[in-house]
Amino acid sequence: MKKFEYLEHTADVKIKAYGNNLEETFTNVALGMFNHLTDIEKVKPVIKHELNIKAKRVKSLLYDFLEDLLILLDTDGFILNKIEKISIKEEGEEFILHAICYGDSYKNYDVNGNIKSITYNDMEITDKEIIVVVDV
Amino acid sequence: MKLKKINDHEYEIEKEGDMNVPVKIFSSEKLMENLKGDKSLQQAINVSKLPGIYKASCMCPDAHQGYGFSIGGVAAFDIKKGLITPGGIGFDINCGVRLLTTNLTKEQVEPKIKELLEVLFKRVPSGVGSESKIRLTDAQLDSVLKNGGQWVLDNGYGTKDDVELAEENSRMPEADPSKVSQKAKSRGRKQLGTLGAGNHFLEIQIVDEIFDEAIAKEFGIIKKDQIVIMIHCGSRGLGHQVCSDYLRRMEEENPELADSLPERDLVYAPAGTELAEDYFKAMSAAANYAWANRTVIAHEVREGFKQVFGDVEVLPVYDVAHNIAKKEKHIIDGEEKEVYLHRKGATRSFPPGHPDLPEKYKKTGQPVLIPGSMGTSSYILVGTQKAMEESFGSTAHGAGRAMSRHATRQFRAEDIKKELEEKHIYVKSASWKGIAEECPQAYKDIDEVIKVSHEAGIGKLVAKVRPLGVIKG
Repeated sequence: MKKFEYLEHTADVKIKAYGNNLEETFTNVALGMFNHLTDIEKVKPVIKHELNIKAKRVKSLLYDFLEDLLILLDTDGFILNKIEKISIKEEGEEFILHAICYGDSYKNYDVNGNIKSITYNDMEITDKEIIVVVDV
Repeated sequence: MKLKKINDHEYEIEKEGDMNVPVKIFSSEKLMENLKGDKSLQQAINVSKLPGIYKASCMCPDAHQGYGFSIGGVAAFDIKKGLITPGGIGFDINCGVRLLTTNLTKEQVEPKIKELLEVLFKRVPSGVGSESKIRLTDAQLDSVLKNGGQWVLDNGYGTKDDVELAEENSRMPEADPSKVSQKAKSRGRKQLGTLGAGNHFLEIQIVDEIFDEAIAKEFGIIKKDQIVIMIHCGSRGLGHQVCSDYLRRMEEENPELADSLPERDLVYAPAGTELAEDYFKAMSAAANYAWANRTVIAHEVREGFKQVFGDVEVLPVYDVAHNIAKKEKHIIDGEEKEVYLHRKGATRSFPPGHPDLPEKYKKTGQPVLIPGSMGTSSYILVGTQKAMEESFGSTAHGAGRAMSRHATRQFRAEDIKKELEEKHIYVKSASWKGIAEECPQAYKDIDEVIKVSHEAGIGKLVAKVRPLGVIKG
């Protein structure tokens, strides 16, 4: 099954991700975002980062999840290869995400382009499909 | 929508329904065709409906679809009854342009262009993850955010003119580093003096044509074939994070407002609230980071030129912000009002005599610096009284994309590089894919954008420059 694809967008990058459940679809949209920078299949899973995110809406949860990964890119040069043990739970009025992300430093790969920010523009979320535009 | 042509370079969408003001579009028949193909006209209408907006929701000649505001959008909101919105500024706060002149000519520089590009490429880190050699402690980063270009000067880089020949003297006094999150600071810590990627560039340019000799001379542009340098970059990850942090805070603190807007990216803080003040202080800090960034790069460029050419003069012309909000005074219906003036992908274009201009440009008006895309011409214009009256002292900021990054995959970077070299334009890039994505074909016709600005009188032509050497992220 296709994990993600890029849709037409004049100025930025529009990612459509697929999955069997919300966790898998969240994972694939993150992989699609990093794949804009380099071929993530070639990235070795040698550095581990744990993410814990809380948000009031599922759209905000996705925004913050992708943004935390961007911060790892800017601060540590982290490029994602895979996500393991991801869980998304609804507790009271909050959504809680926990994930363990594996990847490597950008220095070891041919990395192109940039990602400035996540946007809410045209964002769509269902369990099996997510669309998000990232400002590059 | 009721779209009406006023003249060859101005259109209007009449005020109707819940619009508070009309939409004013500086455009030509050719450029209007582009606008009709995307959502930018609707985005300008969305802006016209916001509370406290004055006169008109304006669109510059290079307008195209953005998030919240269109790119090329300009709007003024009352400082007490209006608002401030990150969607009217953009993710890259104070993305802008700095121009430097040299006393060298094309004949002197072209034989050494490849060597020069190698030297500058090493001095000015570019591309994803590029790290500065300047390591900032927490206290130093706060000082950069507070003092902008002045911090750079105080720490032994650059000249007094580098700092003073810039909008706001490279420093907005309202900046408050305590309003910038740790996340944003962590993204900015290693990036001072780096170019970044995407459409940002450092170009060695040749003066191609001078339209107004007297004004060009005041700007330091003396003759055809003179070499000048253009630096185009912004506030890097720090600025992007400030925008993002406050978009999120605004929607969290005011969920009903966020839900009621046609686009969430248009969420705002009502003027007079603590949130509005906090955002303005944080945005000013990010803007200061961008001015410090371009001041460091200007210093590295000057040192690089000295390394290759020995005794050479590299002098600043000016530095402009393309994505910013400022507290400005404008005449509205004959009365002076203080406003949050938003320019998102627009250049300030202040006229002769404006109190905010440095002494050097009080007689001429402000230098307006408009970069083209990689491998195409860039322009130097001058600010006008007409801009003050018609577009809140603003004009265009660039070419604007016409083709998606995906669509540029049809081009091979090697072919583009070769094509450019045949035209005597040399490119040095951190990434091959970056060259393909930013190829000249992917951008709109900047010549038409400039023509509209000039004919509408909101930014008058002074000189045209073309690239000789390009460094891309």
